[in-house]
Amino acid sequence: MESTSGKKLLSRLMERIPNRFGVTVLLALAVLAPFLVQNDYYIQLCTEILIASLLAISLNFLIGFTGLVSLGHAVYLGVGAYAFALLTKNVYPSMWAGLIAAGASCALLAWFMGVFCVRLAGLYFAMLTLAFSQVVYTVAYYWRDVTGGDDGMLGIPKPEIGIPGAFSISLESFTNFYYFVLIIVTALIFLAWKIANSPFGRVLQAIRENPERVEFIGLPVHRYKLYAFIIAGTLGGFAGGLYSTFQGYISPDLLYWTQSGEIVLMTILGGMYSFLGPAFGAGMLLFIRDTVLNFMEYWRIVVGGILVLLVLFLPGGILGFFEEWASRLSIGGNDGDDTRS
Amino acid sequence: MELDVSFWLTQFLNGLANAMVLFLIASGLTILLGVLGVLNLAHGSFYMLGAFLIFSSSIIKNPSWFWVGLLLAPLVVAGFGTIIEAFCLRPLYGRERLYTLLLTYGFTLILDDLVLLIWGRDYKSVPIPALFEGRLTIGDFSYPVYFLFIIAVGPLLGVFLWFILNKTNFGKLIRAAATDSEMLDALGVNVNRVFTGVFALGAWLASLGGILAAPMRSVEPGMGVEIIIESFIVVIIGGMGSYLGAFVGAVLIGMLKAFGIEILENFAMIFIYALVLPILILRPRGLFGETTI
Repeated sequence: MESTSGKKLLSRLMERIPNRFGVTVLLALAVLAPFLVQNDYYIQLCTEILIASLLAISLNFLIGFTGLVSLGHAVYLGVGAYAFALLTKNVYPSMWAGLIAAGASCALLAWFMGVFCVRLAGLYFAMLTLAFSQVVYTVAYYWRDVTGGDDGMLGIPKPEIGIPGAFSISLESFTNFYYFVLIIVTALIFLAWKIANSPFGRVLQAIRENPERVEFIGLPVHRYKLYAFIIAGTLGGFAGGLYSTFQGYISPDLLYWTQSGEIVLMTILGGMYSFLGPAFGAGMLLFIRDTVLNFMEYWRIVVGGILVLLVLFLPGGILGFFEEWASRLSIGGNDGDDTRS
Repeated sequence: MELDVSFWLTQFLNGLANAMVLFLIASGLTILLGVLGVLNLAHGSFYMLGAFLIFSSSIIKNPSWFWVGLLLAPLVVAGFGTIIEAFCLRPLYGRERLYTLLLTYGFTLILDDLVLLIWGRDYKSVPIPALFEGRLTIGDFSYPVYFLFIIAVGPLLGVFLWFILNKTNFGKLIRAAATDSEMLDALGVNVNRVFTGVFALGAWLASLGGILAAPMRSVEPGMGVEIIIESFIVVIIGGMGSYLGAFVGAVLIGMLKAFGIEILENFAMIFIYALVLPILILRPRGLFGETTI
């Protein structure tokens, strides 16, 4: 429709993203980050940005790829976080078991919610996801015996990883934990990228462009949407589990609808039509918040103002804008390879 | 037994008073959805602004503070809404819906902090206007007069809204824009102005809701993002674009909350979701969804 240039750009970028130079630089920066910042506080900020990046990229499976705007994505952050906390605190303190619990519980939840949600489109889809997430919020808020109610849960462990009896690595140090998160997040983002570029991922984009036509081809649109919904939810759940152990403290606020709004914001801020755009947006949002908070507590005004300006003047997002600009430079505005898509 | 009846009557009236406030917010929200196709996340912020403005006017130690505030504050908020619509929302109508959603979310963030910046973080309480102080007593039963005032104002505004939509020229334009805004544009009507008017009307209604609610609730930043969820639910139940549906939905939610609290203290909201999820799933257009305005 109106943002065709953005969408064309996406398909162009899908082929280009292994723009290996850019990704290598990014990865090198991520690996070297703890040495570059040399400061526990900033290592923690970087860890949080990594987790938020995974969360935003998981949401972009719905928004950017399938064209479904979910206003309830915080439900996976929250449920993943609670699943991790409940398992590691009450059952067995294992990092892997906790993360698997976080991902699996969110996969199940997404499956259940998705069955209902994917039949709706547009605003109705947004509203149903919002309603579902608020149900979960209400349960977490009031079910004191299990979730601790509005006090949340404290003392979530960072279990050490390794092979029992052979060796183990403690994750208590900020740097160790950062690398652990980096490995998990990179692996999951790579997996997401593989899925996005598989034939399955192409079908999702086709659904975003024109669901009727995909239906006519004979593909089960609802089922594809459901798969996208489950993938997004599961990846979000892993992010929730990581967040849980990262913070060591969780509260129902993680599930509140404004949190969902923030994830949408990250996605759009960076650019929903570029694969790594949402990660870039997550980094930007957390960095801006952190910087503003050093001066004053009113970070929402700044972020809200940026969002308003962005929507009005840079609808492709920041990374989207730069990529468009870069590709225009490199190919001189030639749209030649778009005709295929 | 006598005591029991008056208890349930009190709950019923409380539910009704809350429902009227909800109706004022949801009616604007639903008309915006029906006419502009915009899910205005900042609508709760207008409600919050109304409440804070009446707090400021309550500081003036003049008995007429409530009436001055009641008259002026909604106009201020409506003016604010006009600016938002004309300068920020209007350029976005041609684009994907997502962008209007994001824009209004941006304003939610801005307004929340703006209120913090101006009025501070602590809870505010607004006194009940002098005219409505005290309780109405009939036999053993007594009830605050102010709540009765709200219960009376709700239907009055409902009738007022009905009158605007059905009996005035502006209302005719609104209904026409909801049905086919392109056609209206082709007929030479300035559709942009109609949209701005609708947005301002919605902001006016929401801030009025905030003003009326202020003396019976605590006024605090964040009250906007809370009320918006309940208002959405009302809109969903009633059907987008139907203000009659908004009224029915608001009364339903008000009652469910008032009586649900008696059955399951903390889980009153669960009853509401138990009602709304099946409606969204089975009948996404709501109970009154067919009748566009």
